[in-house]
Amino acid sequence: MSGVEGYMYPNEVTLYWSVLIVLYPFITGLVAGAFILASLERVFRVEAVKPTYRLALLTALAFLLVAPLPLILHLGHPFRSPEMYFTPHSTSAMAMFGYVYMWYLMAVLVFEIWLDYRREIVLWSQQSKGLMRTIYKIMALGSSNIGERSLHIDDKVGWIVTLIGIPSAFLLHGYVGFIFGSLKANPWWSSPLMPVVFIFSAMVSGIAAVMLLYMAVTKLRKQAIDMRCVDTIAMYMFYIFIIDFSLEMLDLVHRVYEADESFRTLNFMVHTKLYFSQIVLQIFVGTLVPLILLFITQMVKLPEIARKRIYVLSGSLILISVFAMRWNVVIGGQLFSKSFIGYTTYKMALVTREGLLVAIGLTILPLFFLWALVKLLPPWPDKDLHEAAAGD
Amino acid sequence: MNINRRHLMILLPAAAVAWKHVLAGTPEDSPNYQMSEHWWGMLIDIPKCIGCGNCVRACQTENDVPDGFFRTWVEQYHRSDYHLETPEVISPDGGKEGFPVVKEGEEGKFFFVPKMCNHCTDSPCTQVCPVGATFITPDGVVLIDPKYCLGCGYCVQACPYGCRYIHPEKKVADKCTLCYHRITKGLTTACCEACPTGARQLADLKNPNDPIHEFLKTHTVQVLKPQMATGAKAFYNGLDGSVR
Repeated sequence: MSGVEGYMYPNEVTLYWSVLIVLYPFITGLVAGAFILASLERVFRVEAVKPTYRLALLTALAFLLVAPLPLILHLGHPFRSPEMYFTPHSTSAMAMFGYVYMWYLMAVLVFEIWLDYRREIVLWSQQSKGLMRTIYKIMALGSSNIGERSLHIDDKVGWIVTLIGIPSAFLLHGYVGFIFGSLKANPWWSSPLMPVVFIFSAMVSGIAAVMLLYMAVTKLRKQAIDMRCVDTIAMYMFYIFIIDFSLEMLDLVHRVYEADESFRTLNFMVHTKLYFSQIVLQIFVGTLVPLILLFITQMVKLPEIARKRIYVLSGSLILISVFAMRWNVVIGGQLFSKSFIGYTTYKMALVTREGLLVAIGLTILPLFFLWALVKLLPPWPDKDLHEAAAGD
Repeated sequence: MNINRRHLMILLPAAAVAWKHVLAGTPEDSPNYQMSEHWWGMLIDIPKCIGCGNCVRACQTENDVPDGFFRTWVEQYHRSDYHLETPEVISPDGGKEGFPVVKEGEEGKFFFVPKMCNHCTDSPCTQVCPVGATFITPDGVVLIDPKYCLGCGYCVQACPYGCRYIHPEKKVADKCTLCYHRITKGLTTACCEACPTGARQLADLKNPNDPIHEFLKTHTVQVLKPQMATGAKAFYNGLDGSVR
């Protein structure tokens, strides 16, 4: 059989979870990470990262809106997906996705963004014209009080929502890790560390994405990049990445040392079919290189231009590494036989519903959503609006 | 139509039975079949299997299984001097057309292992189904409701035995139903019926008169991957330790 080495159970030759299922944890990870970055400013009072606060929230929302699409597109019967809401199976980890997703989308992210922007939304609904005025009026949800006391309440409630949002972000992504980690049938996935590793890699990828977006958007707006802000973000990214890498290495060392019956199979797979995506891309290029680069920035006082370049390179490599990690988990977990004596090959289609083009489209789609959100809710101070507000 | 007392005496109990099923919401195909009286499993006697592939063909015909996918398949193990610790395993087209004839002088031990859904009591596939489309019946058969299945494939990943697949046309999960449409009518499964040596035997663990009771007491039987603790009900006689 083409692409098969050794013996696979005959039903295992086809891979059922495609690149879209790789995208699903990657995108939800970016959401969770972006939100954690926003919470740094809001809850932990890391003032230096304030310039990215709103952009981080909007990034989280843009990616969250796309997060269920790869899952739904992958289903054999996409139109039956509402059944997960109406008749969830209580013992299924996957059945909780809808609830965790809706909770995070509506109760945390949308609510927090609304509270944070409420003052501006009210002012925009008064000052803008035409269609935009109607949109802002709808978004204001009938509220018009932007007095000091009212804004103070917004701030307090927003703080509480962020506080609830941190465990929710952990829940959202830890749960995605649990979907894989709880399957005893698959030794590549089955690990209690899986949700924790997913959470930390999510934080790193989300922080890297927001940092890159902030630098790109600031450059596009021809503004100066706040170096204190990106230095702080890079520092957090570095430390969280160390924890993430340590956890992944702990998992690896544990597997190597314990060497259970699946070890030979998995070891062979890592050294052959996953060699490029795991050893080269994920560990060396995507992890060790950015860790060394970021370590240098922490140890040596480099000029601003050098730091910027290092941050852009490290952030990009981290995103590649985390995507490779998701790939190695999802695809890697299906490349070997549960008989432990055979391997199959993943052949990615190009233009099918689960093909490469759709995957690329779904990766780019959140950026369009983000563009629309930034147009609607500019994350930077609106000078005209301030003047108008001051004149009130 | 004239209904006399005699007709009424016959009709009333039948109506009472029918009413029970109306209340349950699902009419039963075979009125005499009581789910609670059975707990189905399968006995697979490895020394008896000759690898003819009759079972695979019968299953595919009976259940309209698509080409390239299998509700049951047969594996051939070859333990030779070269493959002493880990036997060589093959299953060309699921063993549907049998296996290559062993050449004269080819050394080593050959044996065949039929595989199918183990209809586990604590099945991981049932546990993970997000909508409960996969379920275990009161008589111990793991089934899929194709009108309800999303086709997410989570159950395929959760099955340790590789028994499930996504049907290429119906786009839903599919696997062995233990010929539920037959066994609830008092028949045996298509694979058991087609087996020329009796290597496969449908077993009712709740029926004390079923030969499985005597067999389990007098033979050394094993289930596949017992460490998975799935409560598998496909019992193998003479199972080699290398079989996974």
